[in-house]
Amino acid sequence: MMRKDSPAARFWAEFRESRIAVAALAVVVALVGVALLAPLIAPQDPHDLAKLALMDARRPPGYVGSGGYTHWLGTDAQGRDLFSAILYGLRISLQMGLVAGAIAFAVGVTLGISAAYLGGRREAFIMRVIDLQLAFPAILLALVISALLGQGKAQLIAALAAAQYAYFARTAHSAASAERGKDYVEAALSTPLPARQVVWRHILPNCLPPLIVVATVQVANAIALEATLSFLGVGLPVTEPSLGSLIANGFQYMLSGRYWISIYPGLALILLIVAINLVGDQVRDQVNPRLKR
Amino acid sequence: MLTHVIERILQALVVMLVMSALVFVGVYAIGNPIDVLIGPDVSQDIRLETIARYGLDRPLWEQYFTFLSRVLHGDFGRSFVFGMPVLELILSRLPATLELTVAAVVGAALIGIPAGIYAGYRPDSALAKAIMALSILGFSVPTFWIGLVLIMTFAVELQILPAGGRGDTAALFGIEWSFLTANGLSHMLLPAANLAFFKLALMTRLARAGTREVMLSDTVKFARAAGLSEWTVLRRHVLRLISIPLVTVFGLEFASTLAFAVVTETIFSWPGIGKLIIDSIQSLDRPVMVAYLMLVAFVFIMINFVVDLTYFALDPRLRKGRA
Repeated sequence: MMRKDSPAARFWAEFRESRIAVAALAVVVALVGVALLAPLIAPQDPHDLAKLALMDARRPPGYVGSGGYTHWLGTDAQGRDLFSAILYGLRISLQMGLVAGAIAFAVGVTLGISAAYLGGRREAFIMRVIDLQLAFPAILLALVISALLGQGKAQLIAALAAAQYAYFARTAHSAASAERGKDYVEAALSTPLPARQVVWRHILPNCLPPLIVVATVQVANAIALEATLSFLGVGLPVTEPSLGSLIANGFQYMLSGRYWISIYPGLALILLIVAINLVGDQVRDQVNPRLKR
Repeated sequence: MLTHVIERILQALVVMLVMSALVFVGVYAIGNPIDVLIGPDVSQDIRLETIARYGLDRPLWEQYFTFLSRVLHGDFGRSFVFGMPVLELILSRLPATLELTVAAVVGAALIGIPAGIYAGYRPDSALAKAIMALSILGFSVPTFWIGLVLIMTFAVELQILPAGGRGDTAALFGIEWSFLTANGLSHMLLPAANLAFFKLALMTRLARAGTREVMLSDTVKFARAAGLSEWTVLRRHVLRLISIPLVTVFGLEFASTLAFAVVTETIFSWPGIGKLIIDSIQSLDRPVMVAYLMLVAFVFIMINFVVDLTYFALDPRLRKGRA
C-alpha cells in the first residue's frame, strides 16, 4: 500500500490530473495485455504455416474464410488472418522494443555514470566516442549493423541496442556529473564505503528521473525503428512478422487498392507508439524542475 | 575568435580520421567481402587470386592505410555492383537528395517555429493543444508509415499527385533539378512533405518548450514592464532567446534528414543517395557503404562547425567571452 505522502503517490496524483496521459497509459496497458494474451485471443496461429490457406489470401475485412470464422480485418498475401497477425506482431514488436531498450539502458547508463565518476581523460575519451556515435543518426547505424549481422531476432536486438545506448549514456552522464559535485556524494565518499557502492547506491538513484523519461521515449523509438528496419527488408524474417514486416508485406498491394494489409497493422503500431510517447510526455513535464515555479 | 576557428578545424580533422577508421573496420571487418565478389563454387585458386587482387590478404591496418591514402586522393574505390567510381556514383545521386532535404527542412522550420511559439505563448488555448497533439503524432508516427498514408490518400484515392519518381527535371549549373519544372515539383511535394513531417514536429516542440521557459523569465517580465507590446516581446526577445537550440536542431536535422531520406526515397522511388545506400546495403556493396557513411560524417561535422559559428552571431555573451 502506498503512503499518501510518498513520492510515488504524489507523482501518481499529479499524473492523474492529465486525462490524456491516463488514457494513454490505459491504452499501453491494454495493448501489452492483448499482446501477452495473443495465443488465447487470436482465432489463428499466424506462425503455423500449416494453418494458412492460399485461397484465403488478400481477402477484404469481413470475409468468412475456410477456417469457418470471420476475418474482421481481412487477410494478408499468405492467407493469414490479419487480426491474429497483428496480435502476434504486437507481441514481437513489444518484445524487440523492451529487450533492446533494456540492453541499451544497462550499457548506456553504466558507461555514462562510470565516465562521470572516473573524470579526467577516461571521461573525455568515453564521452567523445559517444558523441561521435550520436553524430550518426540512429536509423542509419541500425540499418548498417543489421545489414551486416543478417536477419534474426538477436541480430536485430543487437542493432537496435547499439543504435540507442548512446542516448542513455549522454543523459546518465550529464545527470551524474551534476550529482558528482554535490555534498552528499562527497560525504558518502569520505566514509569507508567502496566507491562502487557510492556510485550505484547514491548517484544512480538520483539520476533516475531523466533516465526514465529517456527510457519511455527510447522504447517507443526502438519499436518504431524495428518497424522501419523490417519495412526496409533488413529486419525480421517473413515467417515471424512484426508489425513492421506486416506493413511491408502489404505495401506492394496498396497501389491496387488492398489497403487493409498495410493499414491495420500500421494503426496498431501508431496507437502503441503514440500512447507510449504521450505517457512519456507527461512524465517529462512532471520531472522538469524548470516548469515548476 | 580565429584561434577558436582553427581549434575547431583541427578537432574536425581528428574526428574525421577516427570516423574513417571506425567506418572502415565496421564495414570491412564484419563478414567476408570476398563472398560477395565471387560465387561459392569457384576454385580455390581464383578465390585466392581475387583476395590478393583486392588486397584483402593484407593485415587490416595496412588495408586501412591503403584505403586512407586513396581517399585523400579522392578515390573511394569502385562500386562492386555498378562498376563505376563510387565518388562519381554518389555525386550523381546527391542533387536529388539535396533538393528534397532543403525543401523539407526549410518548410518544417517556416511552419513549425511559429506554431511552436504560439503553443508556448498560449499553452492552454485549444489551438495550442491541437498543435501539440499533432506534433506528438508527427513525432511518434514512423516516417515510412506517413509515406504510405500520403501515397494512399493523394496517389491512390484522390489521384492528384504521382506516387513516385522524380518527374521532369531541368538543368541548372549542369545539374538536373526537379524543382525547376511544374511536373518535377508535383513529384517532389509528397516525398518532401513526408520527410518534413518529423522535423516539423520537432521544431514545434522545441519552439514551444523554449517559449514556455522564456515566458517565465525575468527578461520577459521586464520587457513587459517597460511597456513593449506583446508582439515586440515575442519577436525581439523570445525568438532571440529560443533561437540557439533551434539553430542547432535546424543544422543537425540536415544531417539526420540524409538518414531519413533512406526511408522516404525507398517509398517514393526517389533516385537519391538514400535509395542508393539501401540498394548497396542489400547487395553488400561495401565501397559505396563506406563512402556514404564518410559523406554523412563529413556533412555532419561541417554542419556542426557552421552551427558553432552561428552561435557567435546569435549570442553576444559568447563573442565577449572569447574575444
